[in-house]
Amino acid sequence: MNLWFSEYHAPDVRHSLRVTRHLYSSKSDYQQIDIFDTPEFGKVLALDGDVMLTERDEFIYNEMITHIPMSVHPNVQDILVIGAGDGGVVKELTRYESVKRIDLVEMDPQVIEACRTYLPENACKLDDTRVHIYFDNALRFIRRSSEEYDLIIVDSNDPFGPSEGYFTREFYGICYNALRSDGIMVNQQGSPFYKHDAEAMQRSHKRIVNTFPISRVYQAHIPTYAAGYWLFGFASKKYHPINDFDEERWKSLHLSTKYYTTKLHIGSFYLPAYLEKMLMEVES
Amino acid sequence: MEKTELDQTRAPIYEALERFREMRVVPFDVPGHKHGKGNPELTAFLGEKCVGVDVNSMKPLDNLCHPVSVIRDAELLAADAFGAKHAFLMVGGTTSSVQSMVLSCCKQGDKIILPRNVHRSVINSLVLCGAIPVYVNPDVDRRLGISLGMSREHVRKAIAENPDAVAVLVNNPTYYGICSDLRAIVKMAHDAGMLCLADEAHGTHFYFGDNMPVSAMRAGADMAAVSMHKSGGSLTQSSLLLIGENVNERHVRQIINLTQTTSGSYLLMSSLDISRRNLALRGKEVFRKVIEMAEYAREEINAVGGYYAYGRELINGDSIFDFDPTKLSVHTRDIGLAGIEVYDILRDEYDIQIEFGDIGNILAYLSIGDRIQELERLVSALAEIKRRYKKDPDGLLSQEYIDPEVVCSPQKAFYSQKKSIPINESSGFVCSEFVMCYPPGIPILAPGERITKDIIDYIQYAKAKGCSMTGSEDPDINNINVLV
Repeated sequence: MNLWFSEYHAPDVRHSLRVTRHLYSSKSDYQQIDIFDTPEFGKVLALDGDVMLTERDEFIYNEMITHIPMSVHPNVQDILVIGAGDGGVVKELTRYESVKRIDLVEMDPQVIEACRTYLPENACKLDDTRVHIYFDNALRFIRRSSEEYDLIIVDSNDPFGPSEGYFTREFYGICYNALRSDGIMVNQQGSPFYKHDAEAMQRSHKRIVNTFPISRVYQAHIPTYAAGYWLFGFASKKYHPINDFDEERWKSLHLSTKYYTTKLHIGSFYLPAYLEKMLMEVES
Repeated sequence: MEKTELDQTRAPIYEALERFREMRVVPFDVPGHKHGKGNPELTAFLGEKCVGVDVNSMKPLDNLCHPVSVIRDAELLAADAFGAKHAFLMVGGTTSSVQSMVLSCCKQGDKIILPRNVHRSVINSLVLCGAIPVYVNPDVDRRLGISLGMSREHVRKAIAENPDAVAVLVNNPTYYGICSDLRAIVKMAHDAGMLCLADEAHGTHFYFGDNMPVSAMRAGADMAAVSMHKSGGSLTQSSLLLIGENVNERHVRQIINLTQTTSGSYLLMSSLDISRRNLALRGKEVFRKVIEMAEYAREEINAVGGYYAYGRELINGDSIFDFDPTKLSVHTRDIGLAGIEVYDILRDEYDIQIEFGDIGNILAYLSIGDRIQELERLVSALAEIKRRYKKDPDGLLSQEYIDPEVVCSPQKAFYSQKKSIPINESSGFVCSEFVMCYPPGIPILAPGERITKDIIDYIQYAKAKGCSMTGSEDPDINNINVLV
């Protein structure tokens, strides 16, 4: 069988994966959800036709969005995770014993249901007793919180669909308000390579810079995302991602990782010249 | 199409345009872009489907000035859907509907009874026809600083004092969603031999939704100007003029043709046709959802604290006889910000465009096209604005209704000899032009009214807060035209 899944990374660029089996396809109240099997990347979750995760490279995204803030903040106890219905982020976070509570806010119950059934390796920690799942609009949920969390992780889809609200000034503002005085917010920040993505990345960076006293961008190589090159935003009320990074403390936890290392932690904040320029344009 | 076989699933203009498209007629008539071929840049921007039906009147497509076939059928369907004797498709905005309505019943020197918080288009039509306004002082809500509806007693008094007036005009509702007791006012007007006209620029949905204030046609009013393009979903500048049993359709058609274009846009007319069909078939369900969203937003905004998103609790049986539940008006003064300041911050910092901000309030317009996720953004942005900008409200002016002194008719003032003087020195003079914040477009000063110190102070304050002032010849309103 010669069945291919294609995703537009830019209007004139497509990324294609050969599909061996379509495991799940359903239209929820919010989006089209698909899970399919591929020879190279294993099982793939796509929302509205955009790849969210693949079994083969999910570790890069999930490690980088969690271990960076967890190794900077000295005492993370209460965490809010937005989106992330596949459970990959939660799986990494539950490895830290210091964590007391993980509130996960996902608007679409069907994503979690589908991932529990078809991506159990990812979703396996959603039943951890520290994890509380809320099916709600994140803006609505966070508005009601004030100085309640040490860490907020925004694991959203791209800013052109139902997740658009998670890239707005008001969203970053209510996240700021929901964090304790030394809290950190980390978000997936898109890709700087293709024009459409780059402009959205600049817009959201500008909004974060206007909201948090410390705002830095770091990078990772993620093969199935646009251009294979992905950014994360590190926004913080107090801790600097490098100056306040305690390498020894994290090493003493003896967590094994496939992508994240303490050296890479620092290196991931060193950005290419064109990207530095794009960020500077909106920082002034 | 006879009235007995009206079928609301039909859309005669739209259907005629679809047939026209298939016939591939060679155009040797206007418009000169010839289905877009002559203007490729415009075609690329608007799309071939759109410019392909930007066509002129012709036999299969009827003629707006004298409709006999598909436009006539569309008007009959609209009349049926709105419960009117006849409905005129209008392509000059609801301004043209309002003006045709006033011009149909007023001539030089006639008196018309109306609230002062009318849209500029109403007073403009008095400039055109030379009628004399008799203003009914609308009640004011002191806390919110907004003009309300007309109380029954005030209307009764105005009618008694002006038995020679020809009509009473009512906002149904005001921009803020407030309705007067329209049924009672219609009865008072009719008992005195006057017509009752309704400006329903913000009331299209009253004809279709459940639990809405009464519509003008149902209340027995004689004419109503209905902005289909606001809550009804048709294209900007399309509108309807409705008439009841007491009004002569042919006379109104003649009045409309005095000022309406002879090249009525088929884009606008087809949008009216398709929107009417949608509202007739699905309006009840659509507006049920709009009300639900507005109620939800009110609860959430009030839960933020500091703001007051008001609703039906304002109803007082008279000057607030009813409230339009789809309107999301929010009083902002208690967080120490003028409505116009919140309006500006929402747009400049949060990329959220709302309908207007005045001195003490903002209005977010909810309609057929809204979704709950955007409301979550609006509510969150309001919460953020409060967190970041909240200050002491002392020193914020609360909007007051300033009772106008009408010295001469708007027409006389507009056409008389005048001079331009600095606004600060204009107290006591008679104004010959409009001054208003836009939106909402309700005049602070209208032609023929005495300028007072209170009015000057108010204009300066509104300017300082960033209100966009329009109407006067001097765009900065440093100078104002007054009668010599």
